[in-house]
Amino acid sequence: MNKHKVHAWKQLMAFLLAALAAMPSWALFEKYQPTVVVDDPYIEMHTAPGRGYPVFYVAGRGEEVTVLKRQTDWFKVRTDRGKEGWVKLAQMRQTLDLDGGEIDWKEVDFEDFSNRRWQLGMSGGDFDGARTLTAYIGYALTPNITLQLEGGEVLGDFSDGETAAASILMFPFPEWRISPYFTIGTGFIRTQPHTTIVQTEDRDDEIAHAGIGADVYLSDRFVLRMEYKRHTVLTSRDDNQEVNQWKAGFSVFF
Amino acid sequence: MESGIFSLFLKAAIAVTLAAACLSGAQAAEDGGLELEPLVVREVERREVDVDRIDTEDFEVGIYGGVMNFEDFGSDRSYGVRAAYHVTEDFFIEGTFGESELGQTSFEALSGGAQLLTDSEREVTYYDVSLGWNVLPGESFIWNRWSFKGSLYLLAGAGSTKFGGDDVFTVNAGVGYRFIAKDWLALHVTVRDHLFESDLLGESETKHNVELVGGFTIFF
Repeated sequence: MNKHKVHAWKQLMAFLLAALAAMPSWALFEKYQPTVVVDDPYIEMHTAPGRGYPVFYVAGRGEEVTVLKRQTDWFKVRTDRGKEGWVKLAQMRQTLDLDGGEIDWKEVDFEDFSNRRWQLGMSGGDFDGARTLTAYIGYALTPNITLQLEGGEVLGDFSDGETAAASILMFPFPEWRISPYFTIGTGFIRTQPHTTIVQTEDRDDEIAHAGIGADVYLSDRFVLRMEYKRHTVLTSRDDNQEVNQWKAGFSVFF
Repeated sequence: MESGIFSLFLKAAIAVTLAAACLSGAQAAEDGGLELEPLVVREVERREVDVDRIDTEDFEVGIYGGVMNFEDFGSDRSYGVRAAYHVTEDFFIEGTFGESELGQTSFEALSGGAQLLTDSEREVTYYDVSLGWNVLPGESFIWNRWSFKGSLYLLAGAGSTKFGGDDVFTVNAGVGYRFIAKDWLALHVTVRDHLFESDLLGESETKHNVELVGGFTIFF
């Protein structure tokens, strides 16, 4: 395997690890399947998790159903008679626990955005005239301070490169829907000239950056992020190189 | 007479003993009832529902294989891995990583021996991150006999392709169909165009590279 392949597989592994880390239920091997009581005239059971799949059964008021699992905002339930189907969250809200108490369905909303822990995202943009792609994972130590690791590619007309960086993001107003931030960080960049260009050596340089950006809460777990960074490439030549980077992209939080 | 009195005492003694036994038995039964009570109390405590602990299956991982056409370089097999996170019922984020190979251009095939690229430069790897939209979810039917649960989805995203030895910025757009075979298993058919600029054959121009793949994914 050449180093491109190794690099790509590493990126894939990082993505999968991040996905695993973001999923606490994976650690629990025993299935938690609580029983709830229907408190609406009836709840509709669909054949699959989605509005496009037909209703094939209804469970009436007072019936007990067991919640088996969840996919997005749909819950798979089993009735006393053994019928299994998918019920949407809006109807699950009309169920009670066995003592008749209300259930906290913990819907993801703006408040969760303000108190987010993990944020996983991808952005694209301009890096000194070249196109750039970045993937990042952030962990919020407090609502104001996030540590972030990012890896990216710079794809230019004459060369391409890879970047990796660690940064700190400071959110002064985490309770705002459009939440601005400042960032500083450091990392390295590897530059490879294209094969159609007269061959020059690959280069590894250290890189430091400072920037500003904003996270915009869209809905559910979606966040829009826009960012401007100024990079200083600490080259082995006499002069350091200053590079402007503009990016926009999406992320999800957990 | 003595034996009569003795017999009376004996009967009385037996009666008292039996009565005592019955009473103590009843007492024991009551004790048993008391012992059961805590079990009932414990059951009540466990009734509160913790929604966070319900098994959530929003992630999807799988493999795929098929054919990818590279503009000027013919078609070749293509295969890769796919992972997706379903953010809502309608939208998901999908990452793919795949490999394929560049064939010969018409010029190379006709000229006899000329080779534009080395073997390692013909290896293609690519990755994409795309936003997916389940645009037409629902049940579909073939005659009266078969019904399928699934969804037509649209994809658009960006990524990178190693093409002719260089990494090039790639945007992709496509359409796919997901058959829901089981709650945890889906089958996919996807057609996707990978677009990038390349100056490998002289002038820089936009290359369309269409990929047709099928595969399966597992929800967890």
